[in-house]
Amino acid sequence: MTTITGSQSVISSLEHEGVDLIFGIPGGAILPAYDPLYSSPIRHILARHEQGAGHMAAGYAWATGRVGVCVATSGPGATNLVTPLADALMDSVPMVAITGQVPTHAVGNDAFQEAYTVGITMPATKHNYFVTDPDDIPTVIHQAFHLASSGRPGPVLIDLPKDVLNQETKWHAPQDLELPGYKPTLDGHPRRVKEAVEMLAASRRPVLYVGGGIIKSEASEALTRFAEITNIPVVTTLMGRGAIPDSHPLCLGMPGMHGNYTAITSMQKCDVLAAFGVRFDDRVTGDPDHFAVGAKIIHADVDPAEIGKVRAADIPIVADARRVLTQMIKAWGDRPPIANQEWLETIREWQTEYPLSYDQQPDGPIKPQFVIEELARITGGDAVLVAGVGQHQMWASQFWDFDRPRRWINSGGLGTMGFAVPAAIGAKAGMPDELVYAVDGDGCFQMTFQELITAAAHQVPVKVAVFNNGAHGMVKQWQKLFYGGRLSASLLNAEVVDYVKLAEGMGCIGLRAEVPEEVGPILEKSLAIDDRPVVVEMVVDPDEMVFPMVPAGGSNDNVILGPEPGD
Amino acid sequence: MTTFSHPPRHTLSLVVENRPGVLARVSSCLARRGFNIHSLAVGPTIDPGLSRITVVVESEKIEQVKKQLHKLINVIRIFELEPSMAVERETMLIRVAATGTARTEVIEVANIFKATVVDVGYNSLTFEVTGRPAKLNDLIELLRPFGVVELVKSGRIAIGRAAKSKPSRMRAVG
Repeated sequence: MTTITGSQSVISSLEHEGVDLIFGIPGGAILPAYDPLYSSPIRHILARHEQGAGHMAAGYAWATGRVGVCVATSGPGATNLVTPLADALMDSVPMVAITGQVPTHAVGNDAFQEAYTVGITMPATKHNYFVTDPDDIPTVIHQAFHLASSGRPGPVLIDLPKDVLNQETKWHAPQDLELPGYKPTLDGHPRRVKEAVEMLAASRRPVLYVGGGIIKSEASEALTRFAEITNIPVVTTLMGRGAIPDSHPLCLGMPGMHGNYTAITSMQKCDVLAAFGVRFDDRVTGDPDHFAVGAKIIHADVDPAEIGKVRAADIPIVADARRVLTQMIKAWGDRPPIANQEWLETIREWQTEYPLSYDQQPDGPIKPQFVIEELARITGGDAVLVAGVGQHQMWASQFWDFDRPRRWINSGGLGTMGFAVPAAIGAKAGMPDELVYAVDGDGCFQMTFQELITAAAHQVPVKVAVFNNGAHGMVKQWQKLFYGGRLSASLLNAEVVDYVKLAEGMGCIGLRAEVPEEVGPILEKSLAIDDRPVVVEMVVDPDEMVFPMVPAGGSNDNVILGPEPGD
Repeated sequence: MTTFSHPPRHTLSLVVENRPGVLARVSSCLARRGFNIHSLAVGPTIDPGLSRITVVVESEKIEQVKKQLHKLINVIRIFELEPSMAVERETMLIRVAATGTARTEVIEVANIFKATVVDVGYNSLTFEVTGRPAKLNDLIELLRPFGVVELVKSGRIAIGRAAKSKPSRMRAVG
């Protein structure tokens, strides 16, 4: 075995894990690792800000299902990764972050660009490492990829002091994981599975409540099959959109704060709520004391800590979503579907009576919902849709019909504004043959648009529709609804920014639509461009609000369907 | 004496990997989730690769506490020790104001509790005593009238009680 540096060991380990693409920014402490990278087949995309690199890794992971990798230097490089790490932890995104650190002899001495990265990121990662011996590098990296991608996926950070990167070592293929404290339970307990099947078989108003766990465990097929053989309707959370096609008659769409009436109400009125790969998030449940009060709960999740955290489960099942659904299908056997015709009819009535709606006047301002529907129509829905956080995200989730998993990427749990642009770049870099379209708010866009320079420089032709309503729209909506219309610090001075020029200044194509009839043609024009990124400014109605809405902390029995006169 | 109401206390015994930073992970996890640490003791085990953390947590949601701690990669096993099924001990060093005739009185009280004098000052006595947490609290109350100058307690340590007879037959639990 030849002697190599710690840095070469890092790159060899990444190659050994099958990494083909990483996102990062070099700097003092991580410089040694960038030298062997120069001659490695691994492609490196140079982000313009470490937060961008982190979200790119997340977007890559969301779209491909593989572990996203980002790299940063010590100190500010590492602290700039905190937001994407926290984001990935909340949304269970498999990610490995590699950070440089000041040399071990300088650690603790407030050296230049020193930050206590492991301490800072401890609550923002699934696990993290501080490496003091270059011989540990192959095992640590192997463990990191295993931890990031197994059980409940999440981000893992590896902090590498510069002297460790420079020291001599030998690379060896990692043999043993050596993780005595980490053994995720993947198969559901057979007795619990049987109980769950019996409970559902005896139910009359059941609902399947599914989320990101279905996407992460590739359980869509099993879920759809289970829904079909049982005839149980399915609600898909913001993280689980596409888990079952929206076009499927049993799919009720998104529940929660801005969910549709039927999805929300079916959960409120059901007799058995069977939850798979979800965590009873407050944006779904509203006031948990008034959430689905009459329902018995079956809760299956790979993370035991999620079961009973918010709502006690009548039947708890610790398991991977795909495996447990496969077990449920088997346990259901040749039973007939549930006799729930009355329930399904009630649901159909709700769907007819309370559809999602908006009012696009031909001579009125562009409604953001209309843009989403036009984009869906023009692309035939064949795109990876990426969103940031806020009104535009809710409209995208509401008005796009997702036909399969991994076609919807957004920041759910942490609610990270600025997620869309870098996440779209990561997704497009990982899936170059797919159309990747980001829809973003102007507030979000202004947080991370500089990554479009990255996209232009690396020929990653993403498309971004910026919904320009001149405001932090969701903040403004809350101020109008709950703060007497006092728009404190929510307006963005839209007149200052020229998005077309801004796009051109970053090596992208800039387009703009200001009236409804321009929306379709401009979107088509954006699709025709494939040699560079495109920014499409959509000047949308600044007063449009997201409905339905359950106010924060309110009961899901009280869905506000639309604006009151004067709102 | 002022009493503060607190959520129920639970003694957790954690077997963890003996690595730098594991204690920080455990305490950070508890702090982040809003679980209060009443006491904490950490030390090596007979296996040099493992450490034992005994932590007394105040929480209404002890199952959630255990599950969150279990998610830490370096935590290998967690036992909750019911007081009736475990031997629980704390060690205390207590310095009591004691001059003149009070000295003998203080020593008499201390003797009953098998507390040993470990330091004698011109106006104070310092005792070392080990026992159940309740016993230590009783001693504190009895010494309080004399004037407790300083008090240092170790975190609680605990070990499950061993079986008192040979099990008649094995039964699967699950």
